[in-house]
Parts: sequence; structure tokens; C-alpha cells
Amino acid sequence: MPPANRYTRTAIGLHWLIAAAIVGTFGLGLYMHELPFSPDKLKLYAWHKWAGVSIFLLVLARIVWRLAHRPPAPPASMPGWQRQAAEGVHLLLYVLMLAVPLTGWLMSSAKGVPTVWFGVLPLPDLLGKDKALGELLATVHKILNLGMAALVLAHAGAALKHHFVDRDEVLARMLPRLKKP
Amino acid sequence: MKPGQTFALLAAALLAVPAAQALEFNQLQPAKSAVSFVYKQMNVPIEGGFKRFKGELRFDPARPEAAKTTLEIELASVDTGFAEGNDEVQGRLWFDSKNHPVARFVSTSVKPLGGNRYEVAGKMSIKGRTLDVKTPATFRQAGNSGVFEGAFVLKRADYGIGEGMWADFGTVANEVEIRFRMTATAAGKQ
Repeated sequence: MPPANRYTRTAIGLHWLIAAAIVGTFGLGLYMHELPFSPDKLKLYAWHKWAGVSIFLLVLARIVWRLAHRPPAPPASMPGWQRQAAEGVHLLLYVLMLAVPLTGWLMSSAKGVPTVWFGVLPLPDLLGKDKALGELLATVHKILNLGMAALVLAHAGAALKHHFVDRDEVLARMLPRLKKP
Repeated sequence: MKPGQTFALLAAALLAVPAAQALEFNQLQPAKSAVSFVYKQMNVPIEGGFKRFKGELRFDPARPEAAKTTLEIELASVDTGFAEGNDEVQGRLWFDSKNHPVARFVSTSVKPLGGNRYEVAGKMSIKGRTLDVKTPATFRQAGNSGVFEGAFVLKRADYGIGEGMWADFGTVANEVEIRFRMTATAAGKQ
């Protein structure tokens, strides 16, 4: 199957929906963590978890879509090391988009707080209550998040470099409203 | 009353009392007992409990209506399921445990419901308020031990547990399920 020359609308929609959800949920996570104990804090933690579960499911859908639809090939002018770097970052981002919500869910279980999606659908607790494990998973969740934040910055920086420096269509393919440079 | 009747009653009492004592479970075993609870936070059920409590329990399966129990729970020993919560509930808005360190239950009646099921009624005092509560309980005998188990729903607002910003039930629900397991041994038997 030859690579398409553009992303499907579904791929574009999922990309931006998940991007917005990740930025929002990441920011919410940083903010809620610092709040003094209050009903609002508990509410925000619940919302953060609901968002995390939603992102996990959207990412699964996105991976299925990605496997069924080939993305467009990188521009011919792109050096080999950049193609490899881009592929590596994309793969790592997919891994982290699954691993971050997964560690959040496991951490919550280990801390003795089950996750109930939107307050309606209880998720199973894969781990029993274990304080030390809960704290370890909290650290893992944080480190994976910081790693993902760094990769997202690299990813966005590379897209901007393609658009403004290389003046190719890499960013415009994912952002069709953008005029071709 | 005729002398003969008096003698007969006395004899019956002397015979009956040791028999009743032999069956009475009256040494509460805190290490084999537990007071725990389940509350809902953002509709998520979370388990907690109390680590320290003391009390008395007297129960003779042959005379359940004579049963009696008191229980004093040290509120500072609460485990709400997470550390921040444990500090929070000691405060004025929740237990106010500095001024009201103990929750007390004193039974007023034990009614047999058939089989091994009973209804225990009593007065529950928390945070300066005393209210009537009722709970179903089951009893089972295991060797020299008698075990009472049961659960009932307590509404936290009835006792002012969680006031001010916590008064809204949207985050922490009003209904708290209290679960108990009381084990007592029959000391008279040994």
C-alpha cells in the first residue's frame, strides 16, 4: 500500500483532540497536586482520572486507526537521521500516551482509591492497597509525565521548524487550515 | 409467698445462673474485633476503619434480650484510606476529636429476628450528639468465641461530621456504611 499524501480527517481529529486533552490533563495534574485538602481538590482529582481514562481509550482508538491507515511519508528532502528521530519520538509518544494513564490508574488502586469513570463505571483494581507501591507508582507517573512533556515539546518544536525553517508541508498536513508556505 | 415456693425459686435460680454464665460471651477481644466503614467520595467507594476501640459485650444466646454492649471508639485512630484524609477528619469540621475524642455506642435492646439474626438498637454519641441507631447483626459461635457481625448506614450530617465546605454531599456522600465484627469469649467456661 503506497503511503497517502495526507492524513485522514479522523487521524487529524484524534491528534488534536488527544493533544488538547493531554495538555489540559497534564496542567490539571500539576495544579491539583499543590492544592490544600478540600472538596475541590477531591473533585479535580476525580476529573483528572476521568480525563486520563478517556485519553487512554482515545489513544487505543487512534492506534487502531493508525494501523489501518498509512500516514503520509515524510518529505523527500528530510535527512535520514531526522526521519528516524521523528519515528522514534512518535513511537515513544504512543507508548507514553498509554503508559501515563495506566500508571495513574495503578497508582490510584495501590493507594486504595478505585477509579470510577465519570462516577459511573468502576474500573477493576489490578493492584491491592499497598502504600509503598502507591508511592513508587506516583514517582513513575511523574517521571513518565515529565518525559512525555519533553517529547511533546520536541515534537511541537520540530513541527514548527518544518513549517518556518524548512518551509515544507509537514505541519500543514496535520493542520489543514494552515496555508501552505 | 409460701416457704416451699421460695425454696423452689431459689433452687431454680441457683441451678439456672451457672448454666447461663457458662454460655455468656462476655470478654470482648479487641484484637479479633474490627470497626470499619465504607464511604463514597466522588461516587468512589473507599474503605476505612478505626484502629483503637474498647468496650464490653455480654451475650447469652439463650437470653438474647438480656444482651448488652457498649463500645468506645477512639476517633484519633481513624484510617480514612489516605493520609491527607486522616489529618483532615480530626479537625473541627469533621470529628473535632480534640473536644470529642470518643464515639460511643450503648445498646438499649437486642431483639432476635430468627435464626442467628438479631436487631441491636442503641444510642450512638458522636461529636456531642446522641441519636438512636439500629443495626442488624448475625451471631456465630466458634469454639469458645462468639462473633457478632453486622453493618448499618449512618448519615454523617446527623452528627455534623463534615461541616462547612464539606457539608455538600456532592464530593463526600452523606451515607457512610459502618461495619463491625465483635468477638467475645465466654470466660465463665474455663
